[in-house]
Amino acid sequence: MKTESIKQKFDPEDESSKYAEYEVASHCLIIHLKRELDHHCVLYIRERSDYLINKRRIKNIIFDFSNSHFMDSSGIGVIMGRYKKVIFTGGSVAVADVDDTVNRIFELSGLYKIIRKYNTTKEAFDDLKQMDYS
Amino acid sequence: MNHTNEMFLVFDSDSKNESFARTVVAAFVSQLDPTMEEIADIKTAVSEAVTNCIIHGYDNQEGKIEMGCKIHDDIIEIVITDKGVGIEDVEQAMEPLYTSRPELERSGMGFSFMEAFMDKLEVVSEVGEGTTVKMEKAIKH
Repeated sequence: MKTESIKQKFDPEDESSKYAEYEVASHCLIIHLKRELDHHCVLYIRERSDYLINKRRIKNIIFDFSNSHFMDSSGIGVIMGRYKKVIFTGGSVAVADVDDTVNRIFELSGLYKIIRKYNTTKEAFDDLKQMDYS
Repeated sequence: MNHTNEMFLVFDSDSKNESFARTVVAAFVSQLDPTMEEIADIKTAVSEAVTNCIIHGYDNQEGKIEMGCKIHDDIIEIVITDKGVGIEDVEQAMEPLYTSRPELERSGMGFSFMEAFMDKLEVVSEVGEGTTVKMEKAIKH
């Protein structure tokens, strides 16, 4: 996957880098979660991702859960909020590498009706990219 | 012989303490040998209740959150209290997808998750006095 990474993790002033790393490629924003997705880290992730969505004309968003093994309803809120931002331009939101605990929250919330689930971030990236061209 | 064990904590209404609170409860309940799924259920319910205190009870202002846990036999009882604004209509607040703060991107699923993941949920609230959430879950083996 050819990506253009954002040197955001080296900025010590940016509190948001504690919670996630952000990658942009082909107008797709990949949010690599680093911790449990709760109300506290949602505050930072929302701000940082919205900045990138506007600045980099993001179409699709992938939440990478490979390093995040807990989520509560705040996580549902932040994902739904980002979905509302990209849906008007025909974009999609996907989640990748979700473990059983997080998966149960997604199932209970009914969020799989509007977002896609993939086994890996790469799979999500390739599939969303292909959808854009078809 | 009946086995009981209790603990009580008071902490600041600060979003940093959401992970602290659920981790503490998970550690406390571990003496009942819960499954991974049961621990996840409890952590989610605690996270929801504490987040409610911070966002709604204290409206992101200063305040103290009280959290008590009691184990009796194979049941964990968790009581989480704020002395914040209180809830006018508890029934409405507990409706799935209802949120008083849509501008904060709240999903309105907090109470639904607490209900789904715990065996019992009781919410007592008084406007101007605060809110207490009492939850129970049996740890099955």
